Amino acid sequence: MIKRKEKIIRPKMAVEIAGIKLRNPIMPASGTFGYGEEYAPYLDLNSLGAIVTKGLSLKPKAGNSTPRICETVSGMLNAIGLQNVGVDVFIKHKMPFLEQFDTPVIVNFFGNTPEEYAELTGRLDDIPGVAALEMNISCPNVKHGGIVFGIDPQAVFAVVSQVRKKTTKPLIVKLTPNVTDIQVTAKAAEEAGADALSLINTLTGMAVDVKTRRPRLANTIGGLSGPAIRPIAVRLVHQVVQAVNIPVIGIGGISRALDALEFLIVGATAVQVGTANFVDPNAMTTILQELEDFCLAEGIEDINELIGSLEI
Amino acid sequence: MKNHKTIVLSNQEISPGYYRMRILAPDYNKHAQPGQFVMFRVQRALPPLLRRPFGIFRAGFMPADCDSMPPKEFIEIIYKVVGSGTEIMQRLHYGDPVELLGPLGRGFEYGASDEEKILVGGGIGLVPLYMLAEKLVEKSKVRLLMGGRTRDDIITVTEFERLGVETYVSTEDGSLGEAGLVTQVLESKLRENNKVTVFACGPMPMIEAVQKICKRSATPLQVSLEALMACGVGACLGCVVKGSGHTDAQPSYLCTCKVGPVFQSDQLDWGASENRGADSCGGCR
Repeated sequence: MIKRKEKIIRPKMAVEIAGIKLRNPIMPASGTFGYGEEYAPYLDLNSLGAIVTKGLSLKPKAGNSTPRICETVSGMLNAIGLQNVGVDVFIKHKMPFLEQFDTPVIVNFFGNTPEEYAELTGRLDDIPGVAALEMNISCPNVKHGGIVFGIDPQAVFAVVSQVRKKTTKPLIVKLTPNVTDIQVTAKAAEEAGADALSLINTLTGMAVDVKTRRPRLANTIGGLSGPAIRPIAVRLVHQVVQAVNIPVIGIGGISRALDALEFLIVGATAVQVGTANFVDPNAMTTILQELEDFCLAEGIEDINELIGSLEI
Repeated sequence: MKNHKTIVLSNQEISPGYYRMRILAPDYNKHAQPGQFVMFRVQRALPPLLRRPFGIFRAGFMPADCDSMPPKEFIEIIYKVVGSGTEIMQRLHYGDPVELLGPLGRGFEYGASDEEKILVGGGIGLVPLYMLAEKLVEKSKVRLLMGGRTRDDIITVTEFERLGVETYVSTEDGSLGEAGLVTQVLESKLRENNKVTVFACGPMPMIEAVQKICKRSATPLQVSLEALMACGVGACLGCVVKGSGHTDAQPSYLCTCKVGPVFQSDQLDWGASENRGADSCGGCR
């Protein structure tokens, strides 16, 4: 039997965003991973770069009527309506579970008014186990889900500034793609003090049941996610990376390592995996494995070599 | 609860538009409870994007392909071709790669053994009742009331009979069994006996009618619901139904995949019209 002498040098996968060290650039997208515990039976939460929670509000939120989801070509529409347990229940019942893991917890949150955003930020700033905050100014599915703040650069600046005053934790602002020029809103968030940006949230969409002639979603309009939106997301991340000097987290239709690599190459420091978690609860584990295999095959020793390596 | 990358063992049309698929499924005989479901990925590529939820019809063992190999463990699901996912499914054959996530959700509770059990199945809604019947016949008298639009919708009834279940068939067009709705049969059976538990699965109008009948006679009822869902594990929140006591101030949304798919009837808000979005028969599969 031949014994292999040389050890395979595993590529370095660690990245850093706004001072948080991630063991790798893969994390779930908010709203597709519950509060972590839903997926704990299927994958090791300690293998992820970070855990991103379902979006939280000050008070528990009921969400929209059903039907809330519908499948489309290579994608899905959802109009959940930000159903969540509220910050109090989260702190008491969900956070202790997440604290068992050695993985940074990023809490996603939203408000109806700038004051609510600020108050909620204050509450979350007090929790030691929270590594960073991801501020949702882009949910398309509720009247005050943030998109009203997310599409107007002045409103973006105002609400992010208010939140910035309330926390010393790293602040990630999640941007909506449903704007004419995303570079403008991205710059507004950066100027207001965001430490990082994440994008994209879902694209607004609609589907109709042709027999009943009714919208397929009770909310009529929903957010489109899944592989269908990936080229749009890659383009938007590319544009935002050009416009700002803070790290960007790429999101949109990632279900394989090759998809994640596109985002890293255009300049995202990390990526979030969303709809793919629904399709396969092990999706992120598989992506991580494939990512390592890619680096080994291509002779890449450190994943950071890839970030922003786009050649035009 | 596990995701298995596995294969199809067989796939046969058992009635016009209805198919029975056998899938290689390790550990299901031990772990699957009557009423539980699987999230089924019809191929390891797109389309479709999402998995489809299917109730488990039964679990079993079959001889291995070769002597001195252990028997093959399988589950069976029964589906009606109604959409893009099930259209792909009907073309699958032995050996085709698929994925099974499960067993998922909360199944039926058996209740006391000294009472009669009445199963009410409408069309494809019959599926989760078979495994339940297998269990219930060990200790109780079990009757099945099976309804459908036409004789084509009456499936697998002989298999219930082989378990020793007394079966009553009704069709809306009278092409098989009694002409009429299955709920009319239920009303007459409930008049006979007082100590009964009812288990129902079928289209939402049928389930609502069963609920009204059982409520009137204070008969305990468990219902198995189906809903559009993306994940099956309680994360997407797409499959919620309103729980009893739901108000706007104190919302109570229950995940069909996690709290259900089997509910005690008093867990649900029967006044909520949107619970009708949850359907036991197909939707956009």
